[in-house]
Amino acid sequence: MKTDELIHLLAADTLPVKRHVAARRLAIGMLFALPVSMLLMLTVLGLNPALGRYATVPMFWVKFGVPCLMAVAALPLVARLGRPGADTRIAWTAWVLPVGFLWALGLLVLLQAPAGEAGALMLSRTWRVCAENIAVLSLPMFLAAIWALKSLAPVRPALAGAGAGALGGASGAAVYALHCPELAAPFIAIWYVLGMALPVAAGAVMGPRLLRW
Amino acid sequence: MYPAASMERNSSATDATHAQTEQTLRSLMLAGLDGDAASYRRFLQQLGTRLRSFYRRRLSAWPDDVEDLVQDTLLAVHNQRHTYRHDQPVTAWVHAIARYKTIDLLRARQGREARHDVLDDDDTALFDTTENNAAEARRDLWQLLATLPDRQRLPIEQVKLEGRSVADVASETGMSESAVKIGIHRGLKALAARIASTSRPRTKASS
Repeated sequence: MKTDELIHLLAADTLPVKRHVAARRLAIGMLFALPVSMLLMLTVLGLNPALGRYATVPMFWVKFGVPCLMAVAALPLVARLGRPGADTRIAWTAWVLPVGFLWALGLLVLLQAPAGEAGALMLSRTWRVCAENIAVLSLPMFLAAIWALKSLAPVRPALAGAGAGALGGASGAAVYALHCPELAAPFIAIWYVLGMALPVAAGAVMGPRLLRW
Repeated sequence: MYPAASMERNSSATDATHAQTEQTLRSLMLAGLDGDAASYRRFLQQLGTRLRSFYRRRLSAWPDDVEDLVQDTLLAVHNQRHTYRHDQPVTAWVHAIARYKTIDLLRARQGREARHDVLDDDDTALFDTTENNAAEARRDLWQLLATLPDRQRLPIEQVKLEGRSVADVASETGMSESAVKIGIHRGLKALAARIASTSRPRTKASS
C-alpha cells in the first residue's frame, strides 16, 4: 500500500475521537479492582479485629493514609505515562515523596527508641509476610492500570509498567493496612515500602512485554 | 509544562521555522480532530513527509524500513490521537511516538539479526532516485488487511480502493453508514495490532 493511499484511508475514519479515555478506564478499572483486592484481603487474611480501636491511633492513619495518598498520586501518573510527550517527573515525585515521609518518621522513632528495641520495631511479628501480602493485594489494581494503559500510547513501556506497579502497590498497601496488626513506624517504613516497590519493579520488567502497541 | 521536542538552542531562524511548523501542524490537526477531513488529510501528508526525512536520517542502515515505519507511525498517530492534549505541542507528541517506533524497530532488528545477518545483495539502493518521494513500503498493508474480518475489511477496501464516500460504500455493501464507519475505525485498530504482532521481537526464542 502506498503511503498516500494509507493517508486517504486514515482520513476516511471520521468517528469522533473519544475523550477522557484514561480517566474513564482508570475509574472503571478501580471500580472492579478495589473490591477484588478488598475481598481477597477479607477472605484470605481477614479484617483486623482491633480496627475499631485504631481509629484514634495516629500511626494507623499514617499506615493507611500514606498508601491512600500515594494511590491517588499514582492516578495522574498512569494517565501521563500513557500520553506521548507528557512529562512525568512531577507525577513521579508526588508518588515518591510520601515514602520520604515514612522513612523520616521511621528513623525518628528508631533514634528515640531504647537500645535493644530497634530489632523489634523493624521486624515485629509479621515482617516475613507483609511485603509479599501487599504485592499480592496489588495485583488487581496493577492489572487495571495495565488495562488503562493499553488503551493509551505509553512510549516508555518499562516506565509505564512501573507506574502501573506504583498504583497497584499503593492500593495493595492501603488494603493490607486494614488487616495488618503492626503499628511501629520503622516497620511500616521498611516493609510497606518494600511491598509497594515489588509491583513497581515487576511492572518495569513486564511493561515492555505487556504494553507493546 | 510540556518540553517541546524542537526546543534546541539553535539559531533563532531554526527556532522560527520550528515554531511555524508547530503552528501549521497544530492548526491542521485541531481542525482534523473537530471533523474536518480535508485538514486532517493535509496534516497526515505533511507529517508523512517530515517523518520520512526523520527516519531516513536515523535509520540510514535500514533504508528499506523507512517507508514501513512512516506508515506504521501514521497509523499510530491516527489510532492514538485521543492521547493528544490540546495544550501540548503537536511536534512533541509526534516526536515521542516516532522515537518509540524507532526503538521498537531497532529492538525487533536486534533479535532477528542476532540469528542471521541480512546481506542485501541486490543493489537497488544505487538506483534510488526518489529521495523525497514516498517509496513503496516493503511490508504490504493489503496483505495484512486481507486477514481482517469482512465487516472491517470490506469498508476499508471500498473506501480506499476507489476513494468512495462512506455513503456510497454503505449503499453498495448493504451495511448501514454507522456500520461502515465503525468497520473502518475498528479495522484500522486491528491493522495496527497485526503490525505489532508481526514485528514482535524474537530475542527470547533465539538466545
